[in-house]
Amino acid sequence: MKKLVVLFTAILAFTITTNAQQFITKNGKISFYSDGPLEKIEAHNSQVNAALNTETGAIVFKVLMKSFIFEKALMQEHFNENYVESDKFPNSTLKGKVTNAKEIDFSKDGTYEADIEGELTIHGITKNVKEKGTFTISKDGIHGESKFMVKLADFDISIPGAVTGKIAEEIEITVDVMLKPYKK
Amino acid sequence: MKKIFSIIPIILIAISLNLVAQDDMMDLFDDGPTTDYTYATFKTTRISLGQSVENPANGNLIFDIQHHFGRLNEGAYEFFGLDQATLRLGLQYGITDWLSVGIGRSSFEKTYDGSVKAKLFRQSKGAKNMPVSISYFGNIGINTLKFTDTTRTDYFSSRLTFVNQLLIARKFSSAISLQLTPTFIHRNLVETNADDNDVWALGAGGRFKLSNRISLNLEYYYVLSKQTAKDFHDSFTVGFDIETGGHVFQLFFTNSRGIIEQHFIPRTTGDWLKGDIHFGFNISRTFVLKKPKEFKE
Repeated sequence: MKKLVVLFTAILAFTITTNAQQFITKNGKISFYSDGPLEKIEAHNSQVNAALNTETGAIVFKVLMKSFIFEKALMQEHFNENYVESDKFPNSTLKGKVTNAKEIDFSKDGTYEADIEGELTIHGITKNVKEKGTFTISKDGIHGESKFMVKLADFDISIPGAVTGKIAEEIEITVDVMLKPYKK
Repeated sequence: MKKIFSIIPIILIAISLNLVAQDDMMDLFDDGPTTDYTYATFKTTRISLGQSVENPANGNLIFDIQHHFGRLNEGAYEFFGLDQATLRLGLQYGITDWLSVGIGRSSFEKTYDGSVKAKLFRQSKGAKNMPVSISYFGNIGINTLKFTDTTRTDYFSSRLTFVNQLLIARKFSSAISLQLTPTFIHRNLVETNADDNDVWALGAGGRFKLSNRISLNLEYYYVLSKQTAKDFHDSFTVGFDIETGGHVFQLFFTNSRGIIEQHFIPRTTGDWLKGDIHFGFNISRTFVLKKPKEFKE
């Protein structure tokens, strides 16, 4: 009986502590941008899911591809239907880790460099990535920012023959998330 | 010893919790069932000739250039029909995501048209389940040919024609979309006694994607019998949507010369079996007049 009590207290304690260290947002922002000779492509998503565990350094993103807004509706439709095939692959995800989490004091205000490593999945293709970002800690929460490049070919996103060379093969991705303490 | 045994399961559980931590974190985002609305049932606002359930996006102005050339069986002298053409220039504008208006002018009988299209239901699954998308399309046509019949009075009302359609479509998969189009057309004045003023028709159309960028479109309008003179045939069209980056071209073969519904549904004179086939195309250019809020700076 004693064993069981110890066990349950331990599990309970563990879950409580992990929750206390989780920061989350459901309306983070991700934008992408590319400037090809034919088309400048720009899209914004302001319904990005992101969560960070400050204890373990685990960080995850879940992005609904259909929530990317383009200036031209036709381009948005082409993006979903032909490029990223949103019906087949509705979400893009990142399952990663802040590798230098130990060096970041999440309880102290300030701006910290973060090294993030993990598995990025877009269009059903998973690649290991290693990118840099910053965390700005304030009383409002943790503000995470990052900017990195993604090669379309790495994720099997094909550009039609007619416009090859006219659309950039690499796009710039900007991440901007304001993470708040997770409450059940 | 006993103490150690009681600690082991705790450690094991703690480790396993850590391993699945990232998947668990994904569950934090779960808000329960959401409604997933179908998009791109058809590539443009027309299947080929007739209307599809698609509307211009909110704040988008679309400039249409539509051509139906002459008949292929006119031979080399008429350059297989390319020497003649019926042309329509039109504008469509999306007032909201579900309501649009349009104007246009066809060279066929120098007809002006004004139209409205409204989405009534959208196909969706998830929290809200709807098997089909349903839209209403209506237009008024005004024939502006010079009046030559000296035995009649030239009433303005005699020049008017009206079209009402329900567009009922389902996207079965990313490759196949089908549409049924019950149609009611009223003409204030008709050419002969054999033609009724009111014509009921049922259209059926579909899109079959051959690749991510090319689709085969078929369209047929069945005019309920004995409402039009014998020399009229049902309209049948075989076409292709070709998407090139930012534009969609629609190329097709049809037995209809007319471009708007009141012309091609009850008044198609061509017979496919005799080779009365017109080559035609639609091209359009979209202007974004109202930018999405993400682009307003």
